[in-house]
Amino acid sequence: MSQKILLDKINIPGIKTYEVYRQNGGYASVEKALKTLTPDEVVEEVKTSGLRGRGGAGFPAGMKWSFIDKKSGKPRHLVCNADESEPGTFKDRYLMEFIPHLLIEGMITSSYALGANLSYIYIRGEYMWVYKILERAINEAKAAGFLGKNILGSGYDLELYVHCGAGAYICGEETALIESLEGKRGNPRIKPPFPAISGLWANPTVVNNVETIAAVPWIVNNSGAEYAKIGIGRSTGTKLISASGHIKNPGVYEIELGLSVYEFMNSDEYLGGMSSDRPLKAFVPGGSSVPVLPANLIYKTANGEDRLMSYESLSDGGFATGSMLGSGGFIVYNDTSCIVRNTWNFSRFYHHESCGQCSPCREGTGWMEKVLHRIENGHGREEDIDLLLSIQSKIEGNTICPLGDAAAWPVAAAIRHFREEFEYHIRFPEKIKHRNHFVAEPFEKVKHLVSKVIV
Amino acid sequence: MERTYHKQEINMTEALMTRINELISHYPEDKRKSALLPVLHEVQDAHENWLSIELMNKVAEILLIKPIEVYEVVSFYTMYNQRPVGKYMFEFCQTSPCCLNGVEDLMDYTCEKLGVKVGEPTPDGLFEVRGVECLGACGYAPMMQLGDFYKEHLTAAKIDQLIEDCKNDTIILHDK
Amino acid sequence: MKVTIDGQSIEVEPGTTILQAARMIGGEVVPPAMCYYSKLKGSGGKCRCCLVEVSKGSEADPRPMPKLMASCVTGCMDGMEVNSKSSPRVTEARKSVTEFLLINHPLDCPVCDQAGECDLQNLSFEHGKSETRFIEEKRTFEPENIGPNIQLHMNRCILCYRCVMVADQLTDDRVHGVMDRGDHSNISTCISKAVDNEFSGNMIDVCPVGALTDKTFRFKSRVWFSKPYNAHRDCPTCSGKTTVWMFGDEIQRVTGRKDEYHEVDEFICNGCRFDHKDIADWTIEGPRAFEKDSVINQNKYNRKLQKVEIATEENILLGREEDRKKISMVEIPLTEEDIINQKNLGNNG
Repeated sequence: MSQKILLDKINIPGIKTYEVYRQNGGYASVEKALKTLTPDEVVEEVKTSGLRGRGGAGFPAGMKWSFIDKKSGKPRHLVCNADESEPGTFKDRYLMEFIPHLLIEGMITSSYALGANLSYIYIRGEYMWVYKILERAINEAKAAGFLGKNILGSGYDLELYVHCGAGAYICGEETALIESLEGKRGNPRIKPPFPAISGLWANPTVVNNVETIAAVPWIVNNSGAEYAKIGIGRSTGTKLISASGHIKNPGVYEIELGLSVYEFMNSDEYLGGMSSDRPLKAFVPGGSSVPVLPANLIYKTANGEDRLMSYESLSDGGFATGSMLGSGGFIVYNDTSCIVRNTWNFSRFYHHESCGQCSPCREGTGWMEKVLHRIENGHGREEDIDLLLSIQSKIEGNTICPLGDAAAWPVAAAIRHFREEFEYHIRFPEKIKHRNHFVAEPFEKVKHLVSKVIV
Repeated sequence: MERTYHKQEINMTEALMTRINELISHYPEDKRKSALLPVLHEVQDAHENWLSIELMNKVAEILLIKPIEVYEVVSFYTMYNQRPVGKYMFEFCQTSPCCLNGVEDLMDYTCEKLGVKVGEPTPDGLFEVRGVECLGACGYAPMMQLGDFYKEHLTAAKIDQLIEDCKNDTIILHDK
Repeated sequence: MKVTIDGQSIEVEPGTTILQAARMIGGEVVPPAMCYYSKLKGSGGKCRCCLVEVSKGSEADPRPMPKLMASCVTGCMDGMEVNSKSSPRVTEARKSVTEFLLINHPLDCPVCDQAGECDLQNLSFEHGKSETRFIEEKRTFEPENIGPNIQLHMNRCILCYRCVMVADQLTDDRVHGVMDRGDHSNISTCISKAVDNEFSGNMIDVCPVGALTDKTFRFKSRVWFSKPYNAHRDCPTCSGKTTVWMFGDEIQRVTGRKDEYHEVDEFICNGCRFDHKDIADWTIEGPRAFEKDSVINQNKYNRKLQKVEIATEENILLGREEDRKKISMVEIPLTEEDIINQKNLGNNG
């Protein structure tokens, strides 16, 4: 059993309620921080911990906090990004639904560190029942004196509210989230200025993922140095992984960073192996935006080392033979799944979720979806594969926000590792008529039709 | 783009107005517009799950903003409906992990059973089937959203039961 | 602060963007801009046409910026070095953006009133390709009537947001905006309302393409057939300083005075623009030069044209002797005189 930091109390009956949470040591970090630490000391602890943003980008949280503009004298805000919409990711929802007070405790301690007196949790509109859970939990915390004026007699005031979105993946991008919180369309802003200087209502703002904020109480209680002992190298601490697809035990798991992918996939404590006797074909380690990897690059990196669940090991080999930890959306595919269909599915997602503000993303995501749809439906042309590579390269790096890159990477990775499967779709349209075409006849069996013969 | 006009009865009840004012109080006095998204959710839930032009104008009036600012926002976010929709909207997640678990077959099954196509309500206005993008329940696939709640690990039998429950009016759509 | 663009250095004030600095230098280093408009606050950053390569961040932090930067919203730093036209990456990016902007564009220049003074047309001349790789059906929108003065052609729109900013910044009653999202985002009033505030006509001037055109000039003439004159009148609402576009004695349309980047000097009111088409309404100051090289100023009176002489002209008309034979003219042999003439020409040429 590896160490649990976020989900250690998840099985205590009634942990959802304030009373049970408090009886089990909840809100201790608020007491410790407000009574014994200065805000800057809390920031220092988080810096020491090496905690990295858990939303996907993996930017060091303490460093992000230290960028916040404390000199201007403007009010500051902490906004929790609970707009979890990355396909394959459902960890934040689990945390908020089953142990909501952990997030609220983290919000109070973190807001104190940043000197924020008005903070928000931005939750996606589809999680409406979780929104209500959080709203009630906030009321409980307020009634117990952990929110409002002069918290625990420390002189520190904090108001915390939940704000709900209404169906837009792009609002997970921090500046789009701020726009949405201001009651506008979720169009990402041009950076700079960064939110730490000019964010919500042009005030200095920090936006952090749910899981990042939920890790703060443990760090404050046990010190940043203790946290940094968990994990491996620069991947410190634990990470929630949401696992889905063709595996025996889908769900949310807390792992110590540095666990091997093999153990995570196959041990009964975690995923328990594949869901059926069909073999593993591919996996996506960090949500739909990160490159897909074929079976031979999953357990071992290209140079033969064990692949570990860490920021560094998963991206070992760059995009040529690696991927990214991303948000920890772990999707596993067996040989019945079609990579072309899956890539088209992701492309449709990004096309649907593009905000439409900048030209490469607005036009390019739709174009890629249309080409992939044609290939998947037997109307592909031989030149379409290179066309796709060309379109994705024209989007990548040229857009306002990372959604363009997120749309471009999966397409490039799918072609990089599974080009033959695209060729098969194009050359044998009659064989892929049914959407479950690889169930009866997996690609391995027909691969010889498109394999290049080396004489 | 020219849009079709639909008429709607507006009823801003006292309970609704209380809730709206509570939501507005979550933001600084001069940042009333920030309450737009939560207020639209409340107003939509109280008006058969859709927002007419008149209703959007009403919201603009309450938040002291221009009507166009409301239209822009409503048309951006997928959860707001700008036309009458089926009372029970089965919103199936159709992104990859759900597809791996057969959501497409289930959608076909539901459509066939209700005798409708995706995106059009049944003639009695009771049901509507929609395909939506990732709802964040990939590990519990296939799944759908019905009102404020998720229905997960779906099977054909569970869908039959849900349709029955909807017809018998035993489904809770909103948690108020 | 010193900034260097394509090897040309210039001193600029802090807060100047790369694009502004490039415009100060002028000439070929100026990146194209479809959405940025210096007179509109908050414009820019969206079309991605003006991407440039920052090869040196600043004197203090000389690291290059990894991504191409939108020059219209990136501030200059002291010692910054920028590659615009000189960078193959930048050229490639501009080609890419042009392709993206064109895939769903109707390419209906032959019937578009903007043709000849269209920024997208100019961009395509410079960075476009003659063939398309897009074989899908183009996106189209249902037409919407936004009143008697302005014609909205959503299919041509590139979503620069300039018209929305005009409405926000010149008036306090914006009735149109951007609806929907992604690639079906569209400019609309949502309720088919007339956009008729006093300054709404400026939406036409700021529109870089033919999405918003002047209804009072619709299909009247191609823009290159009319001649622009600076003119003014006493106007109670605006400065009254305009450009009138004349064909003979007739004023075909009235616009703001646009500079070489197609930006108006001053915004004008709808009264001047739509309701005063009589010569008697205006004091004509004189013909106006076309600052920007574009389709519109080909063969115009204010542009010096050099006579092109082709030295081989006469030879071509006559044809070489061997060719005449080869082709088919055996039946009509050259006369003695012809042969002598031709030899002389050949020697001279």
